[in-house]
Amino acid sequence: MDYFLTEEQQMIREIAAKIATEKVRPVRAELDESEEFPWDIMKILAQSDLFGIYLPEEYGGSGGGVLENCLAIEEMGRACISVATTFAASGLGAYPILLYGSEEQKQKYLSPIASGEKLAAFGVTEANAGSDAGGIQTTAKRDGDHYVLNGTKQWITNAGEAEIYTVVAMTDRTKGARGASAFIVEKGDPGFSFGKEEKKMGLRASATRELLFNDCRIPADRLIGREGTGFIITMKTFDVSRPGIGALGVGLSQGALDISVEYARKRVQFGKPIIAFQAVQHMLADMATETEASRVLVYAAARYIDSGAKDISKISAISKLYPTDVAMRVTTNAVQVLGGYGYMRDYPVEKMMRDAKILQIYEGTNQIQRNIIGQELNKEYGRMKETFF
Amino acid sequence: MHIVVCIKQVPDAKNVRIDPETNTLVRQGVDSIVNPHDWYAVEAALLLRDEYGGRTTVMTMGPPQAEEALRETLALGVDEAVLLSDRAFAGADTWATSLTLARAVEKLGPVDLVICGKQAIDGDTAQVGPGLAAHLDQPYTTYGRRLELVDGDQLRVERLTDFGYEVVQMALPAVVTVVREIGDPRMPGLKHKMRAKKLEIPTWGAADLDLNPEEVGLQGSFTQVVKVFSPPPRSDREMITGEVEEQAEKLFKLLRAGKVPGL
Repeated sequence: MDYFLTEEQQMIREIAAKIATEKVRPVRAELDESEEFPWDIMKILAQSDLFGIYLPEEYGGSGGGVLENCLAIEEMGRACISVATTFAASGLGAYPILLYGSEEQKQKYLSPIASGEKLAAFGVTEANAGSDAGGIQTTAKRDGDHYVLNGTKQWITNAGEAEIYTVVAMTDRTKGARGASAFIVEKGDPGFSFGKEEKKMGLRASATRELLFNDCRIPADRLIGREGTGFIITMKTFDVSRPGIGALGVGLSQGALDISVEYARKRVQFGKPIIAFQAVQHMLADMATETEASRVLVYAAARYIDSGAKDISKISAISKLYPTDVAMRVTTNAVQVLGGYGYMRDYPVEKMMRDAKILQIYEGTNQIQRNIIGQELNKEYGRMKETFF
Repeated sequence: MHIVVCIKQVPDAKNVRIDPETNTLVRQGVDSIVNPHDWYAVEAALLLRDEYGGRTTVMTMGPPQAEEALRETLALGVDEAVLLSDRAFAGADTWATSLTLARAVEKLGPVDLVICGKQAIDGDTAQVGPGLAAHLDQPYTTYGRRLELVDGDQLRVERLTDFGYEVVQMALPAVVTVVREIGDPRMPGLKHKMRAKKLEIPTWGAADLDLNPEEVGLQGSFTQVVKVFSPPPRSDREMITGEVEEQAEKLFKLLRAGKVPGL
C-alpha cells in the first residue's frame, strides 16, 4: 500500500521505524514494569532530528507539519505508545507557542524544543475541570511586571520532566469563556512544583503528575497572545494535535495486528495454524480493515490541516475518535487471538490493551469528540442551501 | 583530524544461497547491505570527530551501486564520501583492494587515521585493513574496542584479545580496525539523511588514482577465488578420548600417520 509520501516524509518514517524496532521494542516491557521515563530514547529521537519535524526551519525544525508529526508518532507507537506519547505530548506543549506566541517567545522556546534539548508539556486539566475545561480554577493575577499563578493542574503528561509548560489559567473570572489566558511556565520558576507520579493502568512509562502553582511568579512576557484567549488557544491547539492521537491509535493497532498475525500463523491447534480457522481470520481481517481505515483517515486529516484549511474541527475530531476506538477493539482482539498467552505479561499484547484505553479518554474524551462532530454537523448543514430530500 | 573510513557493500548474508550447479553465490534478488562490521568503523570515526573535532570521509571500492552504501553511512553524519569505481577494479583480491584504497587515502590526504571494520562478511579475510597499512607504510592495530587521541598525534587503542584487552599506542597517521565493542552505531538523523540524498559523491577510477590496470583488479591480484562451495557434511569422525595427555598422544600419532580427515 502506497500513501504517496514525499521523500522527506518517507525518511521520517524510516528513521522513526528504525528507532522503534531497534531501541524501543527491546525495552518496552521493562519501561512498563519500572515506570521509568524513557530519557535514553528521547535523546536518540533528539539526535535524529525528530523533535523538530513539525516546527519551522527558522527555529531549528525541518519545516514539516501535522502529517510529518503523525508519521513519526505512528511508527513509534507501533513499538510503544508510552514512548510515542512522551514525544507527542511535547508537541502538544509547543503548539500554543507555535500558533500564538510572539516572535521572541518562538525564538526562545521553540528552538530548544526542536533540538530536543527541552521537552514541553501542556496543562489545562484540573481535578474539577476535565471535559468541562471552562471550569478551571487556577488563577493568574497581574502584579506589576509579573503574573502570579495559583492552583493545581492534574494528570499532566511529561510533568516534572519537561522544562517548558504551556498552562491555561483564569485571568478574569467575570468574563466566563473569555476569562482565561495561556502562559509559558518554566521548570524552576519560583512557586512551581510537581505532585506525585500517578499510578496508571497503562502508559506507565509516561510521566503523569500534578502541576502545583503556589504564588508562582512569572514575568508578564510569558503571556501567550492576549489575555482572554486561553480557551481559543486550547481549542486551536487540540484541532492540530488530535490527528497525532489518532496516529497513536494507528501505530498501536498496527503493532497489535503484527503480533496477532505472526502468532496466528505459528500457533497450531487441531493440526492447523489457527489463522486457517475462519473465526480467527475474520477477527484479523476486521482488525486489519479498521487499522487501515484509521491510517488513511489520520493522513487525510493531517494533509487537510497542513494545507492551511480553517474548517478543521470536525475532521480533526473524527481523526481522533475513530482510530482510538479502533485501537481499543484491535488490542482487545489481539489479546483474544493470543489466548492464554495474550493474558500473560510475558507477551506484549496485554500491555497494548492496557495502553489503548487512555486514547479514548485524553485530549478530549471520545464523548466530547462526538459532541464536537455533532455540533459541527449542525452548523455545517445549517449553512448549506441544498436540501437532500 | 581527518579520519577516513573504508566500507564495503556486501550481499545480505541471511539470504544468500549457493547455486548447486555452478557452485557460485546466487546474487539474484539478494539485498546489498553495508558490511555489518563497517558500521562500527563509521561509529568509531564519528565518536572521534565529535570528541576531538575534525572531519570524516567514507570511502568504498565497488561497482557504481556501492554508492548507495556510502549514502547510508552519510545518514549517520559522516561529512564526505568518495566512490572508487572502475571496471579495472573488478575481481580484486585483498592486495589489489588495499592498494587501491591506499592510493585513494593518499589522494585525500593529509589523513590522520584510517578506520576499517574487522572483516567483510563475504570474504572474511580481515586482510584489507592491515594491507592498507602496509601499502601506506603506516602502523596499524586491529580489533580496537576503544580509541583515544593522545597528545594530538598519537592514538591509544584498547585492543580486544581472547582473554581481555591490551593497550597499544601508536603515532599517527595510522590504520586501525575496530570491533563491535566500540559502541552501538547511532541512529540516522533526518537532516543527515536529507543531505545524504542530495550530496554529490565523486567517483575515482584507476586513472584518477595513478594506477595502471595491471596493478589493480583481477590483473593485480596475487590470489584468485577458484571455487566457492558448501563443504559436504562430515560423516567420518572419530572421538579421541582419555586424559588430556592421552588425547594429545593419540592425536599426534594420527596426524603423523596422515590419518586426520580433511587435513
